[in-house]
Amino acid sequence: MRGPHDVGGLAAGPVDTEPHAMTFWEKQIDALNVLLAQKGFRKTDENRRYIEMLGDDAYNTLSYYERWTAALARQLIDKGVVTQDEIDARVAEIRNRLGADAA
Amino acid sequence: MAKEFAAGDRVRVREDFPPGHIRTPVYVRGKAGVVTRALGAFPNPEVLALGRDGLPKKALYEVRFRQKDLWPDYAGPASDTLDIDIYEHWLAKI
Repeated sequence: MRGPHDVGGLAAGPVDTEPHAMTFWEKQIDALNVLLAQKGFRKTDENRRYIEMLGDDAYNTLSYYERWTAALARQLIDKGVVTQDEIDARVAEIRNRLGADAA
Repeated sequence: MAKEFAAGDRVRVREDFPPGHIRTPVYVRGKAGVVTRALGAFPNPEVLALGRDGLPKKALYEVRFRQKDLWPDYAGPASDTLDIDIYEHWLAKI
């Protein structure tokens, strides 16, 4: 079993080595990640496992912090911290608040 | 029990493809190399990845491979090597 992250030796395109400024939501996810570790809800290797479990399509389509977000959501659901319904309801609420453009 | 390897030992990496979070890259599995040094013992990342404590600790070794042993079409000098850190339970003495 070869995870989508384990690409050593496979054909690949050029690597983008330009630094990217972090957006506000990326900083929020980073902060949430640190906080969840401090509170004992997740470990770094556990994060890695969840990111590697996203599957080839999601792994190769999502951006770096989108992977973090998807993996954290899955972890928190698995651990009973939040439910998928709660996440869906909150996303609907935010979309509603921001208007149809965000949908 | 911890396996003891010493610098200079010839080892082969386990050719195994278990699910989960594995720090041993696929391209090195089944390949033979030489232990260059012992790096100490650390909580097992495969167990940490399951949300547990990672104990018992596993010994980590730096292992050197010849690039031409890793890549069949390697075009660089035959003396080129790659050093990689591998946990004891992925190694067997040759």
